[in-house]
Amino acid sequence: MVKSPRFSFSKVMLVLGLLFLYLPMVVLIVYSFNASRLVSVWAGFSTHWYGELFRDQQILSAVWMSLKIAFYSASMAVCLGTLCAFVMTRFKRLRGRTLLSSMISAPLVMPEVITGLSLLLLFVQMAQTIGWPADRGMATIWIAHTTFCSAYVAVVVSARLREVDRTVEEAAMDLGCTPLKTFFVITLPVIAPALVSGWLLAFTLSLDDLVIASFVSGPGATTLPMVVFSSVRLGVSPKINALATLIILTVSLIAFIAWYLMRRGEEKRKRS
Amino acid sequence: MENGNSTPAKAEVLLSIQGLSKRFDDTLAVDNVSLDIHKGEIFALLGGSGSGKSTLLRMLAGFEAPNAGRVLLDGEDVTAMPPYLRPTNMMFQSYALFPHMTVEQNIAMGLKQDKLPKNEIRNRVEAMLTLVKMESFAKRKPQQLSGGQQQRVALARSLAKQPKLLLLDEPMGALDKKLRTEMQLELVEILEQVGATCLMVTHDQEEAMTMASRIAIMAQGRIAQVGSPVDIYESPNSRMTAEFIGSVNIFEASIREDESDSITLESAALDAPVFIDRGVSTPAESTATLVALRPEKVYLSSEKPAGDTNWSRGTVDNIAYLGDISCYYVKLASGQRVQATMANVERRGERPTWGDTVYVSWEASSPILLWN
Repeated sequence: MVKSPRFSFSKVMLVLGLLFLYLPMVVLIVYSFNASRLVSVWAGFSTHWYGELFRDQQILSAVWMSLKIAFYSASMAVCLGTLCAFVMTRFKRLRGRTLLSSMISAPLVMPEVITGLSLLLLFVQMAQTIGWPADRGMATIWIAHTTFCSAYVAVVVSARLREVDRTVEEAAMDLGCTPLKTFFVITLPVIAPALVSGWLLAFTLSLDDLVIASFVSGPGATTLPMVVFSSVRLGVSPKINALATLIILTVSLIAFIAWYLMRRGEEKRKRS
Repeated sequence: MENGNSTPAKAEVLLSIQGLSKRFDDTLAVDNVSLDIHKGEIFALLGGSGSGKSTLLRMLAGFEAPNAGRVLLDGEDVTAMPPYLRPTNMMFQSYALFPHMTVEQNIAMGLKQDKLPKNEIRNRVEAMLTLVKMESFAKRKPQQLSGGQQQRVALARSLAKQPKLLLLDEPMGALDKKLRTEMQLELVEILEQVGATCLMVTHDQEEAMTMASRIAIMAQGRIAQVGSPVDIYESPNSRMTAEFIGSVNIFEASIREDESDSITLESAALDAPVFIDRGVSTPAESTATLVALRPEKVYLSSEKPAGDTNWSRGTVDNIAYLGDISCYYVKLASGQRVQATMANVERRGERPTWGDTVYVSWEASSPILLWN
């Protein structure tokens, strides 16, 4: 093998690329341990802002609110998205199937501003005509997030459903399972990995969303991205840095666990 | 169509298919098929791809709804019955084992749907595992089994409910050749042991002839001929069936003398007339016919055969040595090639070789007349 030079072009590009991706996060993490109130001036190591963060009721309740909304939206989106995916892949002769599938994937490319604005208008109209929702808050954010998360879930699940061997379902029916039972006993376990990844995707999207939530939320409900965004406009507080550091830590931990579980499953499969 | 002379006359009809048709968009996949399957027999539907045999099987399982016709199972009309209520079970070509369940759970699946008591289910699953010799694999998942083992599980699963009729879709399709011949005989043994009535679909004529007591040949959605393997091979009713099963030499001929106990024909392709020592009912309107001769019934000799019928002269055009038999292609003076097979009973005997002048001949009982 030819010994590669110490600074080859590809090595340099790799380092530059990684720096580009991760340097901002490193800066953020470092400054979360800054003793100074000013974000850009280093004044020694301190965990002061982490303590501040945990005393800030507004941020903590926003975190809790975001998690709740993400959980409900993801669960709802998985139910609706799976139904959509099932119709799209299984009812080949349904009239208007192409229309349905293109309408389901439309929210994926729709600008968030438009989705948010249209949902806001809808909720206002509904409040005027049928009296619900009386005020916007968690429920309206939940509905709004469910609509666009369902689209993502539908795409993920239908990709998996298309690969499912139909004869396995036929075999279950042949052995006496009704179509409904076949769905729960055979189809659902087979597509379970897609449901889990769809749920996780929807959860992340909901947790991350600022634009749509800003449009459809009311005074009662503030999600984490909304709190972060509004506080940043008043000047970045090191508290936010601390919060961001914790989020990065959590996400990396989850990613690591997922990777570890996947690798273990792979090894198990190879051994058998 | 009437060719069931070797089946027992008083066999009880289990499945009766009456004028079944299925249309997909513009193509008629199954065209007015009528068939009777007898209790306890293994019946094979033999046909090429696109012959409609799989569609017919799927209609019997209830996965496709026919456009016309009826299916009677044990006297009961099951035409509109959904698959989960039908007393039939199917073994799929891909086996269709449930990937997230163990072998045991796969076999128990059908029994659980019948709400049988737990210990009854356990006993039956064990009996099935013993039947297919898979006792030691009960806790394995399907992907941990080889193709042959998966097939055994699929068979056990489809037999566990003791179906009135077992449907097999290309049962050996996913196995390699050597395993296939082993499993064919074992499958027949198992089916006879449990006394199942079985309808199988296959494109492999060897498989159909090994396993089935009766065969139906399907082409273009229609049944071309029904009969025992011997009927189908020795008395094909059309050029299509004759050519579909095994190899055959076909000569155009015309009738010269038609007696009650024999018939003499003349063919431009052959040097001598064809004499058949049995009476053949011939259609009155035409004397043109086809003479079919199976290659193993054609003899080769270097001297001119005695008698002035049933021979022709030619030169050896090609020889295929297959070990157990040799296949000779003899070119006649008329240009037509005749295929003749010879069993290699001697290790290195004197044999005609390329370019030799030889005579082909056959017994007066061998030729078959075909009208289309």
